Amino acid sequence: MRLSTAETRLRRRKWLDRAFYRLMLASAVIVALILLLILLTILRKSLPALKLSMITRTPGAGYYLGHEGGILNALVGSLEITLGATLLAFILTLPAIIFLNTYLKKKSTLSETIRLALDILWGIPSIVFGAFGFLLMLTFHLRASLLAGMITLALVELPILSRALDETIRLVPAELKEATYSMGANRWQTATRVVLRQVFPGLVTAVLIALGRGLGDAASVLFTAGYTDRLTTSLLQPVATLPLAIFFQLNSPFPEVQQRAYASAAILTLLILAISLAARFLSRKLGRHRIK
Amino acid sequence: MKKEKLAAGISGLTAFFPVFLTVAIFLAIVLKAWPLISLKSLPRLIFSSAWQPQKGQFGLWPFILGTLWVTAVAFVLALPISLLTSLYLAEYAPNRVRKIILPAIDLLAGLPSVIYGMWGILMVVPMVNHYLAPLFGASSSGYCLLTAGIVLAVMILPTIINISVEVLSSVPASLKEAALSLGATRLEVVRQVVLKKARPGLLAACVLGLARAFGETMAVLMVVGNVPDVPRSLFSPAYPIPALLANNYGEMLSIPGYESALNLAVLILLLMVIIFSLLARLYLSRLVRRSN
Repeated sequence: MRLSTAETRLRRRKWLDRAFYRLMLASAVIVALILLLILLTILRKSLPALKLSMITRTPGAGYYLGHEGGILNALVGSLEITLGATLLAFILTLPAIIFLNTYLKKKSTLSETIRLALDILWGIPSIVFGAFGFLLMLTFHLRASLLAGMITLALVELPILSRALDETIRLVPAELKEATYSMGANRWQTATRVVLRQVFPGLVTAVLIALGRGLGDAASVLFTAGYTDRLTTSLLQPVATLPLAIFFQLNSPFPEVQQRAYASAAILTLLILAISLAARFLSRKLGRHRIK
Repeated sequence: MKKEKLAAGISGLTAFFPVFLTVAIFLAIVLKAWPLISLKSLPRLIFSSAWQPQKGQFGLWPFILGTLWVTAVAFVLALPISLLTSLYLAEYAPNRVRKIILPAIDLLAGLPSVIYGMWGILMVVPMVNHYLAPLFGASSSGYCLLTAGIVLAVMILPTIINISVEVLSSVPASLKEAALSLGATRLEVVRQVVLKKARPGLLAACVLGLARAFGETMAVLMVVGNVPDVPRSLFSPAYPIPALLANNYGEMLSIPGYESALNLAVLILLLMVIIFSLLARLYLSRLVRRSN
């Protein structure tokens, strides 16, 4: 017996529905597997290589031939350069975003221009910032140093931080601001005493996001920060960073040194993990007192 | 009152910084690239594939093609999988699954590119070398275009999925319920309601992923082979612009024109990214206007 056309069509539609569902499920499984695979590969390779001396010692004599030492220089250097850069970016960004959201009209040419510039900067690859930083260095006769690397990294973080801050500050309800205005507060008081308190959790998360990105960025500091086996104690000395330490050690022909690259990767991954978890935890904890 | 004016002035200045920075980067690079552009015709520099700095030949075509190919391969691999996965996560997945997978994906979006590069060397390079290349009757060291494309695809997966899920989840449930009540299958609801409504947002997600792919330096540099020839197949090595810069920019040799040529490469990369993001922005604003 032949099925009626309506029935075949219904069957086809149902078949297609199920087929696509399976396709989606399959891709989700593939993605989950790939992501799991990445973490497992890195952890399996790097955890055995992880020794306490990695984070308590600087590279000793013959370190790059496989002799004793650790990467304390890169760990400390990464923290120095990233904290400095994030602070610098924060100082530049926060007032700018407040200005954008409280002093300028939403659709004015000025605010549109600034947002366009931020969008363009967001898309510029960090290697281009690195090149620009290098040109700046040449212009001001600076050598590859903590200072030069910090400034360049701050430029990389600027659009990331701006976007994250803008997204939280933009969400502050207009009524809240109007209520403060009606009580006689001026715009600056409104911004600092009401808006900033309201977005504080978002602020913390934004800074942590920028911190994480800065910690992992290698391309921008490649030409500007230099590299050193010692601890950096002044702004004008070169500085080592974890991503570059991984990169250089991985290129070594000695298996012992490659092992250390894996261990350094574990340290960097754990740091980023900690920051990302802290961002999640803090934004939940600090968000309790917000007026919705 | 005075204090408020001062604060407004200072924050106004910082608000201009992004505009100033964008212009400064552009001008600095153009200025540095100019000597070579004024000396030789631009089309010849762009379309020539002879890269022999010692002989004064600065053909950038291999690098431009390398950049475009790697990005294209990554995009073709990442796009279908990430869209299907986002649809699954947003429309079908049980809440429990979503609560585990989304934070994991978020975490992976934050992993530094050096880590992805290391994963590429440990896993993708041998895989291409031993299995994929022989499967297609080619021989490859594994350090090739395809490997770079795969690593890059995996890197942009989390970025695209994260944003897409957010966009898809914001489609009002009432719209979907209306379509379901008319007898549409879930697939038909997805195709004719959800995708239609979410199109601008999904496009934005793809653009952000692409922008990341374009300028990605370290991960690609580590697995792409870095041979300045026009790539003949997916299994031949390539040399994208960011890798060229990472390897050479910091220590520009005193060959006449070399510095200028590298800056021209920066300029081309910069222009590709900017034109791309401007086009996407234009298209997006038209889409949004039409749907209003």
